Amino acid sequence: MTLERRNFLKLLGAGAATAGLAGCATQPGSPAARKVVVIGGGYGGTIAAKYVRMMDPSIEVTLIERNDHFVSCPFSNLYIGGLMKDLTSLTIKYDKLAANYGIKVVQAEVTGIDAAGHSVTTSKGVFKYDRLVVSPGVEFRTDEIKGYDIASTPEIMPHAWKAGPQTVLLRKQLEAMKPGGNVIISIPLAPFRCPPGPYERASMIAMYLKQHKPGSKVIILDANPDIVSKKGLFLKGWKKHYDGLIDYRPAKKVTEVDTGKMAVMIEGIEEVKGAVINIIPPQKAGHIAHVAGLVGADKKWCPVNPTTFESTLHKDIHVIGDSSIAGAMPKSGYSANSEAKVCATNIVAMMNGKEITEMSAINTCYSFLSAKEAVSVTGVYKVNAEKQAIEGVAGSVAVSPDLSEVEAIYAESWLKNILTEMST
Amino acid sequence: MTMKWSGWALTTGVLAISAMAQAAPPSATMLSYACAGCHGTNGGSAGPSMPSLAGQSKEAIVDAMKKFKSGARPATVMGRLAKGYSDADIAAMGEFFSKQKLHATDQTLDKAKIAKGASLQEANCGRCHIEDGKEGKDDTPAMASQWLPYLQIQMTDYLSGKRKMPEKMEEKVKPMSKADLEALLHFYASVK
Ligand code: HEC
Ligand code: HEC
Repeated sequence: MTLERRNFLKLLGAGAATAGLAGCATQPGSPAARKVVVIGGGYGGTIAAKYVRMMDPSIEVTLIERNDHFVSCPFSNLYIGGLMKDLTSLTIKYDKLAANYGIKVVQAEVTGIDAAGHSVTTSKGVFKYDRLVVSPGVEFRTDEIKGYDIASTPEIMPHAWKAGPQTVLLRKQLEAMKPGGNVIISIPLAPFRCPPGPYERASMIAMYLKQHKPGSKVIILDANPDIVSKKGLFLKGWKKHYDGLIDYRPAKKVTEVDTGKMAVMIEGIEEVKGAVINIIPPQKAGHIAHVAGLVGADKKWCPVNPTTFESTLHKDIHVIGDSSIAGAMPKSGYSANSEAKVCATNIVAMMNGKEITEMSAINTCYSFLSAKEAVSVTGVYKVNAEKQAIEGVAGSVAVSPDLSEVEAIYAESWLKNILTEMST
Repeated sequence: MTMKWSGWALTTGVLAISAMAQAAPPSATMLSYACAGCHGTNGGSAGPSMPSLAGQSKEAIVDAMKKFKSGARPATVMGRLAKGYSDADIAAMGEFFSKQKLHATDQTLDKAKIAKGASLQEANCGRCHIEDGKEGKDDTPAMASQWLPYLQIQMTDYLSGKRKMPEKMEEKVKPMSKADLEALLHFYASVK
């Protein structure tokens, strides 16, 4: 657990000693510009960069991202199901955000973080920071799947769990598949990015198969003992629209792949063959989080202070989004957006020597069951002060009562709003 | 935060107290920023069906949130989300969004319908939706520049009885034709 020293000292009535102990690279009021660097231009990073500038334009903000654009994972299953002709409506660029908020956007690969020296090393040079926000999304634990080659396997058995070329590849494979072929979706043990995502994907693929591939079906090999999210709603939707087209098999952990045979092995005892195989590998924090020593004892995710999202392992570095351990908040795009604002608010407070604020965050996640029906899960989140952990507020964490056409209409506006918020 | 520091705090036993006291209650911005992923930055919705909150009156927002929370007003997500907030939280968010600049929307509207709506609005709706819908009497929501698809969804809910209309509004709305109501919504959406 972390404590903001300034507040801590204020509490002790020792405010005057702050400057000596705080050890910030620059003190409030010093002429040198204070710097925040953000790594990752996705759902979390763009928002952290924007909101720091919104709240305090005197802080310099640099956003470092390896690509010149970002493609949203939310809604990419609709493309896979054939409801969108391309990924344009899921793609954002950074130029307007940079211009509107005076954010320096650098397209570069981050190679290292020097926590003691407060600097980030990239393919385009070194960037100093007073506070760093790390929002790198997820990396795959492919070493846990025998026969999985990190370069070649996804070209044959796409994960499509980072949107872009992989999403397009999975769609192409479905289109090319002979009618009657089976599509395998393998789901890793939770926690993983977007808990309802694999089940939405199964729905969208089944929708496509029903129309275009007579005799084909989806086989879900779920490492989890049961459907992880929105279970009742998915089962209802599957029965209503895709009866007999989705073969759900719980507690089937894919431990080996054979791209030559187009087969997967479950715990070394059962082989399942597919015409199209979508392997969603088990996940961990983004690569840079591991390089920088931000990953905790589980060797997967980054422990953070739940109020500030500051790493409990390295001072002045904050981790948000999928990589962080955010208690009860699921690893979703909306969570990352909301966590980024909590983090930015408290970064600005700390950099200005002000009291930090209790966190209040939201998660929402829409899933499509058919071309016109969606469902949602919602939740308002706060820190339980005793446990120092993020918990859902009673009554707010709940799913839709039923499949809904109105929710599908709102869901499309949700996408538009959240991507607009990230890019303008 | 270094390990040394928290270690010191632990041993001195100050940590437990300060952990509780370390943060101020969530500010209006902390609370309201979380809504923006759906309603747009500072409540300015990019549309087309998600309502803008920017510039809406505090009374209307508080009234809507309380009705969402109690279930008096039907909702897809807001009924669940509103349960996460206290009355004080809701008041703070109402205050925040009411202070944001009215969000000008860029939507395609029907000129003829706007003109027809303009001719009907004062006599039928103007008692409560005042100033061409830029303001509302008491907790009546402002509708100027609101997204048309949102207003249409709400009107559909009113007409089907799913959302309960204020009695005096119902007296005006009930006798009107669908076409006239549609024209009124185009008019309000067009007001800048
Ligand atoms: C998941 C997206 C989402 C989030 C997050 C969200 N809203 Fe909403 N909001 C909606 C939708 C959709 C509606 C329409 C009612 C419904 O179906 O729930 C709405 C309606 C409203 C309305 C009524 C507006 C009017 O003019 O009638 C208010 C007020 C409101 N929201 C406030 C908030 C506040 C405050 C928050 C943050 C605590 C918030 N909303 C968070 C989606 C959202
Ligand atoms: C007697 C006052 C009154 C009159 C007259 C009235 N309204 Fe309303 N209107 C309200 C109030 C109050 C609300 C919010 C009530 C609620 O919680 O549903 C409202 C809400 C609405 C909404 C939903 C807006 C939103 O943001 O959710 C629409 C649309 C609307 N009115 C249209 C009309 C139209 C069109 C007329 C004229 C034909 C009209 N109203 C006449 C008081 C009135």
